[in-house]
Formats: sequence, structure tokens, C-alpha cells
Amino acid sequence: MAYSDKVIDHYNNPRNVGALSKEDPTVGTGLVGAPECGDVMKLQIKVNEQTQVIEDAKFKTFGCGSAIASSSLATEWVKGKTLAEALSIKNTDIVKELSLPPVKIHCSVLAEDAIKAAITDWKKKHDDNGK
Amino acid sequence: MVKLPIYMDNHATTPVDPRVLDAMMPYLTNQFGNAASRNHQFGWEAEQAVEQGRKQIADLIGADPREIVITSGATESDNLAVKGVAWMYREKGDHIITCVTEHKAILDTCKHLEKDGYRITFLPVDNKGLVDLDDLRKAITDKTILISIMTANNEVGVVQDIKEIGKIARERGVLFHTDAVQAAGKIPFNVNEMNVDIASLSAHKFYGPKGVGALYVRRRNPRVLLTPIIDGGGHERGMRSGTLNVPGIVGLGKAAQIAREELQKESAELFRLREKLRTTLERELDEVYINGDLLKRLPGNLNMSFAYVEGESLLMGINDIAVSSGSACTSASLEPSYVLKALGVGEDLAHTSIRFGIGRFNTEEEVDYVAGRVIEVVRRLRDLSPLYEMAKEGIDLKSVHWATEG
Repeated sequence: MAYSDKVIDHYNNPRNVGALSKEDPTVGTGLVGAPECGDVMKLQIKVNEQTQVIEDAKFKTFGCGSAIASSSLATEWVKGKTLAEALSIKNTDIVKELSLPPVKIHCSVLAEDAIKAAITDWKKKHDDNGK
Repeated sequence: MVKLPIYMDNHATTPVDPRVLDAMMPYLTNQFGNAASRNHQFGWEAEQAVEQGRKQIADLIGADPREIVITSGATESDNLAVKGVAWMYREKGDHIITCVTEHKAILDTCKHLEKDGYRITFLPVDNKGLVDLDDLRKAITDKTILISIMTANNEVGVVQDIKEIGKIARERGVLFHTDAVQAAGKIPFNVNEMNVDIASLSAHKFYGPKGVGALYVRRRNPRVLLTPIIDGGGHERGMRSGTLNVPGIVGLGKAAQIAREELQKESAELFRLREKLRTTLERELDEVYINGDLLKRLPGNLNMSFAYVEGESLLMGINDIAVSSGSACTSASLEPSYVLKALGVGEDLAHTSIRFGIGRFNTEEEVDYVAGRVIEVVRRLRDLSPLYEMAKEGIDLKSVHWATEG
């Protein structure tokens, strides 16, 4: 299987690996995929309450090189964006950036889902607080 | 110092032994005759080379040279064995017994026959990968014409009790075929001691060239008849038409001869190296699991699952080492290994499996290097793994509700 240079780069030098505290109210956690499918991504965002800008992001992924690269790229892209901007990130953007072959497109879809899941989680925490 | 990349995928294929190549060269250069040319020296020389090769192959498995049919490889041999028996013995019966962990060359051939009206029983295996002999006995009917069970499995290296299976087949008057592709030349294999009637062999699995193999077809007690799957000039006693691949046969023969002479010493060494690899990995890493029976196994095979680390990402990390994985991500069809599934290995662990195939040309230094790299990459990927993180936090992953979105 031939990987693009960018996928190899993300695999060897993954950006933003790690964890943020799940209990922290400024943190949103998205956990998508399933072990049986061979792909699980955990993507966390730290959001500034006032500006709704994502100040930090961390990820951990169980999956192939393309899955690791997709989620690593996702954390790179969401940092510095507002929630609205992050929600507009499409899996096709990831496919293009990493030159993913057709058989690996689902990895990018999962990364897009992970971003959305993290944002949904943050919003849920804030809707509850708002009540 | 190890030379990179390291090849440790000897179940996929093996390098051609230099001695085999030497034996083949004359037949790729000056001695190019067609073995069927009966009227001149070029043909006679070719025929002689073929007969010598046939004898070498026969000697490896305890057969008579007249019982060796040359084919283009294991897939063709498997097709000839199963279809050849099915079509020849149609009047006698229409039931075939095989096993879920067989190679696709057997499984797909059986499925093809099923569409043509034959009935196939696919015996299950236990979690060690072994066929239950009682299951086999119970499956046999008066319409059963063939039992086909592989000697050693290509993925997990598990070795079946071929002698007993053959005995059962004999008692019930059913022909017994075994795909001996991974076993021949690696473990002792004798068609008479093991009650085998038909056996498939492939040169490139024991240091011979690709594109040539053989089918052992018993002549006496019982005499096996096969309907050919290739029609033409009637070569190989009518069982397989087509000009013989003389250089290939010479290579197959030489490889068989070397394997027979060196089997005992080589298998002991492979076993030693395999055990060193296994024990090192088990000592340095937690949550690693062997897939398949450890004892009834090919000496050079190690199929291991590294929990919480996906197989393809592991292969990417050890990119200077050639091995393979049972992970779905490594297959073009995105399906995980059906062999591991048959053993009851959970899909999550199937995705984390790696198959190491140690062979004749691997050294202890290489094994040490491979162990070191695997340990290093597994640790790095576990740092990246949300599953490892959750497991270390004490979360039971089987109880988690996995959703694809939030």
C-alpha cells in the first residue's frame, strides 16, 4: 500500500497526541468508531467560552495510518477556528489534503464525525449549564 | 548488522534458494527442449530433467514418481483435486466435506461446485484452529466422495491431525485430499503414513520458483481417478494437458530435495528462532495473544494479536520489515481475516494481528531486530490509542456503547 508523504508525515510526527480532561467544562470529547471495525478516534477540543474559538485540540486513534493521519490533521485544522468554522470541515477536504485512495475515504469520514462529536459534546455541556 | 528490509513473510512466498536457481539455469538457457519432443536430444534431455524432478518431489512426500502430476501451482492443484474428484465420482455421490479455515482455492472451488448442485459441509474449528474428529465422523454420509482438509494453515500455522483424518476417511471409503502447501518441506509429511490419497504442493512455498506446483494422486489402495480441468494434448497421464514447465519442474524438484535433506535441522532452528521472538514479545509487552494452537503448529509461524494497536498502523511503523496482518485495513476487500474469525478471535483482536513467517534465510540477528522494532512501535501506538487509554483506566471495552457519531 503506497501512502502519500503527508500521511507518512502525520504517522511519524502526529500532531496534538494526548488527552484533555474530560470533566473540564471547556472541553468537548468526541469518541467515534468501534474496535470491531478497526477504527476508533477520540478527538477533544478546548473551547473559549466567550469567543467560541477552539484554543486547543488533542486526539488518540486506534486505526490504520490513514486514520491516524486524518485525525491528526483534524486537530491541526480545528485549532484556532470557531465552532461554526470547524463544523464546516468536510471529509473531502481531508481526502484531498492527504491524497487518500478510495479504499481509505472512510477514515476521513470518521475524522469529520469525530470533530462533530466533540463539538456536540461541548454544546451539550453548555446547554445543560445554561438551563 | 542486519540488512534491511528484512523479509519475514515466508508463508506468503519464499525466496528462491540459490541452489535451486543454479539447477534451473541450464533449462532456461541451452537446454530448452520440450519434454514431449520424443524424437530428438533436446526433448530427451528435457524429459530426463522432468523425471528427475518428479522423483525428487515424490521422495519428499513418500510417493511414487508416477503419482506426481505437475501443475502451475497450489491453486490449480486444489482446483484439480476437488473438481477432478467431484466430476469423476458424480455417480457415486455429491457430498464433499471440507473446513472453514481452508485456503480460498479450496473454499471458492467448493462454492462453485455448490452452485452446480453438490452439497458441501464446511466443518468448524475450535479456538485453537483444530478440526474436531467427531464432527468429521458425523458429517460423513454414503454420498460423501471427498474430504479435503489442509495439513497446515497458512495464516495461523496450525497443523491438523492428518493421520487420524486419513484413517477415518479410509474406514468410510471416502477419498482424502489435503492441501499440503504450507506443510511440505517444513514438517514431516508422508502420504502413506498419513493415509493421504491426494495432496497439493507449491514450489514457491519452500524456496522454489513461482508458477509451478504438483498434485499427488494415489495409484493404489485406492486408485484415484480425476476428471481433468484442462483439456488438450493429454500430458500427465491425461490429468493435466499443457507443455511441461521444465525449468520450473527442475526448480520444484531441487527445492524438494533440499527440503527433504535439511528438514530436520532447519525446522529445529526455525522453532528456536520463533520461540525467541515469541518469548521476547511476551516478556516486553502486555496483552499480546497467540492465535492458534502453539504446539500443533508450523515451526516458523507466529500469529500474534497486539491488543489496542491496529495491524496496518503497526506494519507502517515497522516498514523495514515484511510481515502481514489479519486486519481488515490490509485487505483490498476491507474484510478481516476469516481464519481468525473461525478461531473465534474477536474482530477487535483480529484487527491487531500480525503474522510472522520465519524462514530458511532469516537469522537470529534479524529476529532480535524485529522483536525490538515491534516492541518499540507497539508502545508508541499504544500511546496513541484511545482503547489502551481506556483499558488502563479500568474501563471494560466490551461494555462500552460504541457510536459512530457522539
